[in-house]
Amino acid sequence: MSRLHDMGGRIGDGAVNPADNAIYARDWHGRALALTLAAGALGAWNIDISRHARERLSPRDYMNFSYYEKWIAALADLLVERGLVSEEELRRGAAAGASEAADRALRADDVAAALARGGPSGRSIEAPPRFAVGERVRTRRPARNILVDQGHTRLPSYAAGCAGEVVICHGAHVLPDSHAHDLGEAPEPLYAVRFAARELWGRAEHPGDTVTLDLWESYLEPEA
Amino acid sequence: MPRTPFFLALRPLRPLGSAPDPEVFHPKRGSGDLDLGPVSRQGGPMPHDHDHPHALLPPDPALRVKALETILVGKGLVDPAALDEIIDIYQNRIGPQNGARVVAMAWSDPGVKARLLSDPVPFLQELGYYGRQGEHVTVVENTAAVHNMIVCTLCSCYPWPLLGIPPGWYKSDAYRARAVRAPRAVLAEFGVRLPEGKAVRVWDSTAEMRYLVLPERPAGTEGWPVEALARLVTRDSMVGTGLAREPGT
Repeated sequence: MSRLHDMGGRIGDGAVNPADNAIYARDWHGRALALTLAAGALGAWNIDISRHARERLSPRDYMNFSYYEKWIAALADLLVERGLVSEEELRRGAAAGASEAADRALRADDVAAALARGGPSGRSIEAPPRFAVGERVRTRRPARNILVDQGHTRLPSYAAGCAGEVVICHGAHVLPDSHAHDLGEAPEPLYAVRFAARELWGRAEHPGDTVTLDLWESYLEPEA
Repeated sequence: MPRTPFFLALRPLRPLGSAPDPEVFHPKRGSGDLDLGPVSRQGGPMPHDHDHPHALLPPDPALRVKALETILVGKGLVDPAALDEIIDIYQNRIGPQNGARVVAMAWSDPGVKARLLSDPVPFLQELGYYGRQGEHVTVVENTAAVHNMIVCTLCSCYPWPLLGIPPGWYKSDAYRARAVRAPRAVLAEFGVRLPEGKAVRVWDSTAEMRYLVLPERPAGTEGWPVEALARLVTRDSMVGTGLAREPGT
């Protein structure tokens, strides 16, 4: 069921390199990030669609591409899918003409304000939360999108089918499983759920260790 | 803000749930990725390299970015000065100095600390440390009994207005894969060894909530001004892969 981006707990990656410290190790990294943000500001997709575009790169590309190569590849795919750029333009490396959407382009003068505004995902909903802090819950298994077959979800595979305790109610947030597929925001209560490391991995480096994940209400059911 | 994406007005989209239009090339649909394999516009098999539009760009990543920028600027969809501005903001204006100041203020003032731990966003807004990838923030406190550590296993979620853009290691496969399963091994790679009996709490940023670690205040800093305290607060100490600097180090 999983895709390569869902790598929590994977074995074999070797040590983390703390000396890999730079924000942009190459000049083009900053450009790739800025281009992705500026194109996102056109409003043709949301952050969940954008994440999903990276996740559904083919496994071969996902594995071979460096971090910002994934961003650029997903951006190019989205621009074509949403009709903003044509395949012919990608092939030629040049614009065929001005876009109808050019009036939506983010201007330099507006950048600071746009970044400072952000895009909160919290929403007010009528329904009260189903779970309270301290309650025991169990996650969906397998970790999958139940609205769209093979669609985007934010329940990592490593936490599927595991029992934990609600430690924070974050209020209602836009549901990525819906939002990533143009199916609407479908906001749901979001909870921080704490799992014993032993519950997730079968063993723990230390008996007191835990992992906490932010999980939407529909990912959860009461433990018993 | 209207939620209807503007492209709906530019191009008719098939109604939800209807069959895909056979005349339209679907390189590899997200939701409809039915394992049919790549198909070409002509309906025949297509070499793997062309099953996504991005493969039409030059293979070298620097040239890819350049080509895409040229196209988008040529279409009027991107203002090159806006790209310079975005890069400058995250290189020179927003970075770990923001988070370090917040931590130092919390160390100095119990009222600030209480606000940060209960409802941090209004306080962060007052400081101007609010915005993209920091719209929802939870601050988690390190104590004698608990060490907190932040990761995003699914992508690279990170509190941008407080810490800037994440460093390479935070985005690396090794960190994403191992921080949840072997946090103490990862901490050792950062030179951090925790006292026996201290529990590790890893937070996997799976939603839009962003986490900031409030590190333990180093001993011997009583009465220090906020600016001096802030210099002890490293980026890694706010992600939980490091501790605050000891005075004199």
